[in-house]
Amino acid sequence: MIKNRDTRLTVWLLIPVVLVLIAYVLYPSLRTFIESLQKDGTISLGNYQDFFVQESKTNLEALWNSVYISLLSVLVSALIGIPLAFIFNRYDFPGRSFFSSAAILPIVLPSLVGVMAFMFLYGESGLIPNAIKDLFGLDKVPFKISGVSGILIVHAYTMYVYFYMTVSAAINKIDPSLEEAAFNLGANKLKVFWKVTFPLLTPAIVAASLLVFMISMASFSAPFLLAGGYRVLSLQIYFSKINGDMEIAATQSVILSIVSISFLLFMRWYQNRKDYRMASKGIGAHRSEVKNPVMKWVMVVTGGIGVIILLLPHFTILLLSLVPDGTWTFQTYPTVFNVENYRLLFEDPNIFKPLRNSLLMAFIATLANLVFGVIASYVLVKRKFVGKSFVDILVMIPWALPATVIGMNLIFAFNKPSVFSFGQILVGTFWILPLAYFIRHIPLVVRSTNAVLEQLDDSIEEAARNLGAKWFYTFRRVIFPIIMPGVLSGTLLAFIESVGEFPTSVLLYTISNRPISIEIMNQLRMFNMGQAAAYGMIQITLIVIVLFISNKFFGIKAEKAL
Amino acid sequence: MASIKIENVQKAFGKTIAVDQLNLDIKEGEFFTFLGPSGCGKTTTLRMIAGFYYPTKGVVRFGDKDMTRVPPEKRNTGMVFQNYALFPHMTVFENVAFGLRVRKVSSADLKKRVLDVLQKVRLESYSNRQVSQLSGGQQQRVALARALVIEPEILLLDEPLSNLDAKLRDEMRVEILRLQRDYKITTIYVTHDQAEALSMSDRIAVFNYGVCHQVGTPTEIYNRPANDFVASFIGEINLLPVQVEKVQQDNIEIVLKNSEKTIKLKVENQAGNGISIIQSDADLAVSIRPEAIRILDVIEEGRNIFKGKINSVQFFGSVVNVMVDVQDVLLRVDVFNTHDFGYFYQGKEVYVQLPEKQLRLIPVISGDAP
Repeated sequence: MIKNRDTRLTVWLLIPVVLVLIAYVLYPSLRTFIESLQKDGTISLGNYQDFFVQESKTNLEALWNSVYISLLSVLVSALIGIPLAFIFNRYDFPGRSFFSSAAILPIVLPSLVGVMAFMFLYGESGLIPNAIKDLFGLDKVPFKISGVSGILIVHAYTMYVYFYMTVSAAINKIDPSLEEAAFNLGANKLKVFWKVTFPLLTPAIVAASLLVFMISMASFSAPFLLAGGYRVLSLQIYFSKINGDMEIAATQSVILSIVSISFLLFMRWYQNRKDYRMASKGIGAHRSEVKNPVMKWVMVVTGGIGVIILLLPHFTILLLSLVPDGTWTFQTYPTVFNVENYRLLFEDPNIFKPLRNSLLMAFIATLANLVFGVIASYVLVKRKFVGKSFVDILVMIPWALPATVIGMNLIFAFNKPSVFSFGQILVGTFWILPLAYFIRHIPLVVRSTNAVLEQLDDSIEEAARNLGAKWFYTFRRVIFPIIMPGVLSGTLLAFIESVGEFPTSVLLYTISNRPISIEIMNQLRMFNMGQAAAYGMIQITLIVIVLFISNKFFGIKAEKAL
Repeated sequence: MASIKIENVQKAFGKTIAVDQLNLDIKEGEFFTFLGPSGCGKTTTLRMIAGFYYPTKGVVRFGDKDMTRVPPEKRNTGMVFQNYALFPHMTVFENVAFGLRVRKVSSADLKKRVLDVLQKVRLESYSNRQVSQLSGGQQQRVALARALVIEPEILLLDEPLSNLDAKLRDEMRVEILRLQRDYKITTIYVTHDQAEALSMSDRIAVFNYGVCHQVGTPTEIYNRPANDFVASFIGEINLLPVQVEKVQQDNIEIVLKNSEKTIKLKVENQAGNGISIIQSDADLAVSIRPEAIRILDVIEEGRNIFKGKINSVQFFGSVVNVMVDVQDVLLRVDVFNTHDFGYFYQGKEVYVQLPEKQLRLIPVISGDAP
């Protein structure tokens, strides 16, 4: 029936989308769940019983530690991010716009590389504590980061950005006349802040808190390098897997997933609530200039110091990358600097191979993300069908699931032949990592594509159809070219994240196919920090290039997609 | 060019019925307007003609061809969207050429036809501009050119002027009419603006709540509204609920409801006011346009003359609007500004005449939201 032509198209587009989601998101999660119910060859809740009532309480302790660290991370990130958002959006002083763009610098640091930088900056043999020790002639380093404090500092550094960005956006959306109205009615500054401004910002603050909590729960790189004996759940999963306790790893994964997914659902619910933000027209930024010269310079100097602190990790990586292997062993500070590491990187095929592997696998994964993301997003945004919210949730699940869990899910799903892997065993082959990267970045690409597609008026597509163009022609010549900038900036971001991806890599890599992050880990183990840093610098450079391209050519703030 | 027949069409979205029992017969080359408030079903009907919606029931024909379930790209209609829907990534030329490229027109021919139509809309010097660099009125003309260049059988215009400011709107009104006459193309124009509808159309269909209330020429719609909705939606009107007292050979005697004192009026016993309306169950109202009421200084001989008091006077430039209180019934009277209206002032006692020929009895259907 011709009547159903459009419906049929929707179905044809929907089938591959749903198949992919079922095969690589839903099915692996179910496999993990089933695995968690296996105990000594029978089906039971025994593993869960062990988790909660085990004598040693290690698992429960790890769960509690994860929650504890996440709560602290939220608190510390909020304490940094919210005031910064206020200062940069409400006051004007020299260098303000430079400082405010510098505030998102932590994004330009892949997680593993960032943690590594912090180790060398503030760790036991770190540059800063030792510099202070020598400067003041102390007997031992005045401070060092490790365990909880280390994880917390790394989290604060990377995660305050989420508070900073969401709260900044909310502040700029507040109509200044609301506050003026309150002043006009006789409220003083403090009262206006607590009774008007702050309540208007609550939704943004809650959203950022939930986000940071989820990311901290999933955090893997920081605990991996800094935790020492401190147990967190994401790391316990990895240890269980290494020890071959697969059923326990599955159980831990399920519990971590439940925590994360309940947060996802809570967040969706919270964001869909009717909120009281008003769409006032033409809200101008309203910043008050700091007039007091002392205050002004205090702010500029503080801002400058802040930028230095933000940039120190990047600088450390750069510095380390210039230290050749074996020249910094017992010395407090490195002494020899040259570009040996970079030369090796491009000349020694063994050292170049991980970079090549990462680029190739990230490229394959990202290409799949692009195709899948565009189709899925088009169907979700522009087509009507029953069960849309189910598909929507499936798309978002990889975002909520900690990377470690995604890695475990893939192990359980594809360590034996299945229909979805065309009867092959994927674990231990080249394809498992690109698949993992693809799954990890489904939500990112779909969401950034959704954002541009929602902006695209339906009448554009209708106009093309009205002029005689068939659907595919319309899609190729009209829709895709229009949404391309937004799609590409999301896709490029997925690409650089795939290049640096650590948690799934460490669970799934094969010796012959090591990605860059695994090689960084290996080099660190061999105390060859120079080579590790050189890999890190390549990643940082890639990220800078991508952000630059997105901003310049697409006019899109790529970091928004995070 | 084609005529359009809409036969017993219904369109339902789930349980809401957007258009019901619609029958329209649009002639070749006609400028036909769908007029009505928002949500009345006019755009839904237009989209069924364009093929973006398929009717739940009924048939849509272009000429003799049944088009009910033909997909939009095979209908050869040219549509101008409310927001123009220009392709933002293409130049003016590329936008206009799009439909021709789809039709695989040879490049020489394509160029000639695009430039021709751009000349018609007076944009030939803008052909290499990006559409975002154009003003609203220019974008509107590109949208028109893009729809016209494919030589569509039917031109569909969906509130095309609603995004323009008042002055440009007048200019584009003339422009659209000129192009429509030039191309002699069957045109359907959707609007909620009665001034546009009255000034441009050959015929108008007035919609409300998914039902077409009246089809007719602008003068028919204005002078002989079919019911109180049409009467009050188009222009200003005095609508007074009445009861019929007596039907006589040449006139009908009616009494105003809701007035404390009885006001008796005589209405011409003519076609529209005939027995059929009176005998139906519908509530009746008497209607008269403000400009049809005469204000008299002194009492004259004649029918339907009443004493009243001026309640307020509002000056609109060419017209002066005088509200006259006749035994607690407020009548709106519009008089032309003939430079000596100064003697109208609040509280002045005057006489008003409601000429029999201008009074019409119409059925009351308002509040009939289905």
